[in-house]
Amino acid sequence: MTETTQRRWWFWIGFGVITLLIAGGVSYLASSDPDGLDSATLQGCEVVESADGEELQGDCIAQHAEEHSLAGSPLADYALGGQDGTGGLAGIVGVVVTVLVAGVLFWFIARSRGRAPTQSGD
Amino acid sequence: MQGVNEQFLAMHMSDGIVNAPVSLLFLGIAVLALGVCAYRARTELDERTVPLAGLVAAFIFAVQMVNFPILPGVSGHLLGGALAAILVGPFTGALCVAVVLIVQALLFADGGVTALGTNIVNMAVIGVAAGYGTAVLVYRLLRRRGAVGVPAVGALSFVAAVVGTVCAAMGFVLEYALGGAATTSLGTVGTYMFGTHVLIGIGEGIITALTVMAVVRARPDLVYLLRTNPAAVGANA
Repeated sequence: MTETTQRRWWFWIGFGVITLLIAGGVSYLASSDPDGLDSATLQGCEVVESADGEELQGDCIAQHAEEHSLAGSPLADYALGGQDGTGGLAGIVGVVVTVLVAGVLFWFIARSRGRAPTQSGD
Repeated sequence: MQGVNEQFLAMHMSDGIVNAPVSLLFLGIAVLALGVCAYRARTELDERTVPLAGLVAAFIFAVQMVNFPILPGVSGHLLGGALAAILVGPFTGALCVAVVLIVQALLFADGGVTALGTNIVNMAVIGVAAGYGTAVLVYRLLRRRGAVGVPAVGALSFVAAVVGTVCAAMGFVLEYALGGAATTSLGTVGTYMFGTHVLIGIGEGIITALTVMAVVRARPDLVYLLRTNPAAVGANA
């Protein structure tokens, strides 16, 4: 292998490994506070701890938020089968699914390029 | 409402916070826009760039899991529009972000299913258009002054990411104005979204700049912004 080919391989391996490490490891360091959008929807409400979990008191957008229609799915909320602490594994599954879905989609788009009307089709 | 693994949620719009007609309208806009992107992405994608485009989508998925603190009790996460567009082109970039949002909504119950249209328009369409538009503008200005080094590409990526993030947030404000299902005043929502997303944009800008600079150092030949724009500038100078 030439030095350039080797360097090219390291680029792809490095990119892939870093992506998996972020999803599978760094994600455990994520803040669990609501993000900018979520906290905008909470303006006007107070989150009160009650017997049935957290409750919103007051008047805010988040009260209109509906339960996710797929909340019962096996990977919902990045928990494998609803188990706590499996977010990193769920993240790795997500990375693999995303790269496959995007890769197949982009491969088809790139392939259709050869059959574009502007090109001669031989 | 609160999941056990809330920590990992990227957190996008849930179902129900914008009414059904407006959600449907934006779903229509999203489908139309993604159709255009799929058609135009043919000019950006070839066998050499497909792997990078796939990896960029996966990278955005991963980094969106990592919410970073911006204020006491408030966090933010990468949207990824400017990052994707600079690396793989605006049409492919919009498709990258859209794939991430669809995977999150359908597989991880992160971001509502009926809210997918609004989320795609905000982050994949507006975020990419504003972010990439800014990147091209700044890049052309810099080119007039001479060669653009790696730190300058980092700086323009930072600016593009800030603009893209704030514009994406304004997309939500627009949808709320059109079909918000609550009584919170538009001024309150708009001001709060703007302020928090300037801060989120700074985080987004740092992540975008570091990532783009790393790719430019390793494989400048793959970076869409650099491989497409130089010729267009020289002609006018």
